[in-house]
Amino acid sequence: MMYGYEWDTTTWLTYTISILPIILIGLTVTLKAAAAGFAIALVLGLVFALLRRSRLKVISWTTAVVVEFLRDTPLLVQLFFLYYVLPNFGIVLPAFLTGAIALGLQYAAYTSEVYRGGIEAVHRGQWEAATALNLTRMQTYRDIIIPQAVPRIVPAMGNYMVAMIKETPVLSVITVLEMMGLANMIGERTFEYLVPLTLVGLIFLLLTLICSAGLHRLQKALPKAGIPMR
Amino acid sequence: MDWGAYLPMILKGAGVTMTITLASIVVGTLLAFFFGILRVEGGPVLSTIALCYTELFRGTSLLVQLFWFYYALPLVGLSFEPITTGILVLAAHAGGYGAEIVRGALSSVSTQQLEAARALNFNRFQTLFRISLPQAIVEMMPAFGNLAIETLKLSSLVSLISIADLTFTAQSIRNLTLDSASIYSVTLICYFAMSLVLMIAIRIIEHFVRRGDVFPRSAHS
Repeated sequence: MMYGYEWDTTTWLTYTISILPIILIGLTVTLKAAAAGFAIALVLGLVFALLRRSRLKVISWTTAVVVEFLRDTPLLVQLFFLYYVLPNFGIVLPAFLTGAIALGLQYAAYTSEVYRGGIEAVHRGQWEAATALNLTRMQTYRDIIIPQAVPRIVPAMGNYMVAMIKETPVLSVITVLEMMGLANMIGERTFEYLVPLTLVGLIFLLLTLICSAGLHRLQKALPKAGIPMR
Repeated sequence: MDWGAYLPMILKGAGVTMTITLASIVVGTLLAFFFGILRVEGGPVLSTIALCYTELFRGTSLLVQLFWFYYALPLVGLSFEPITTGILVLAAHAGGYGAEIVRGALSSVSTQQLEAARALNFNRFQTLFRISLPQAIVEMMPAFGNLAIETLKLSSLVSLISIADLTFTAQSIRNLTLDSASIYSVTLICYFAMSLVLMIAIRIIEHFVRRGDVFPRSAHS
């Protein structure tokens, strides 16, 4: 029994139906973790991208090294690092938050590259026009560059969002009870892993298919010329 | 922390990680080409099978796949060593993503090239191996490079099905010493170093592919 739901392992069908409510509770945790992680990745990635473009060599180089390091090391080890090392510095976070931060950090490295690509794809003439109009660097980014970069960025961002959803099961190793962690626990108690794991796999498949379809529609709906920021 | 005792363990773990990664990349590349070519050239039935394969391995999470095969294969009487299961699942996962890369590159070969091949009376097999693939493979290289790094990173997940790779070793040393900060820092640096080595290796392979050594040109070209 878990969350007040009793399981019934007589046939695979009754088993599936009886554990579905538990797995769905896990699904909400999965989605929350992915949402929180993606929000962090979106903000932090932009910060990384802008720092990378800084005129100060020290800042841009340091950022490049940090981003490269985050990109080239496994999420699982980063997760363990945050989970076990942060408390040494007196930072004790709930497992869910640690997980979301780890997801966010890793994907910030990815999204920073997407931002960078999107920003660099904006035509040079736009920068020159902004200079000619005496706009500050801040205004140029806010009113000229970012609005035009967004439609180029959205598809890649969407792909990373889907990828992140599929990486959330890793959080189960630091005791976050998301879908797969729950499926594993059910398996441990009933000695019957196949049904819960298959169910979780199918839900992930469904989730990615829905997200991909939604992304496709969003991509079509975005104006090619750019979106106004104000 | 007594590094003299733990460093050999870490290096051994790193060796296991590298072995698993390389094996998965090799098998994954074969699967990628097989299913990628089927997607483009396979006709309605075979290309649908290839589509199902890619969607299944791209759409479900790798960790779910690992656990699924780890627990499910013994039930149907297929009992592998965990390391075999780990390599097969990682390879199948990489193969799913790789097949999409192959498909994309093959369909980006210009139609004029295919028309020229037809005009020269090439059959489908010749067109694929002499016209499409040699051009497409150059396009595929950067994406395959990323996939290789991704496979190295994802290989850390096999530690969760009790394979003594670098991450697993780090975990056991942490449980012995409780010195999380140093052991995880060293582990992260190890992975970073392995990524760099892998990247350099990919650059070298890419260099040879661009020169056309993979598909030797005939005397006419």
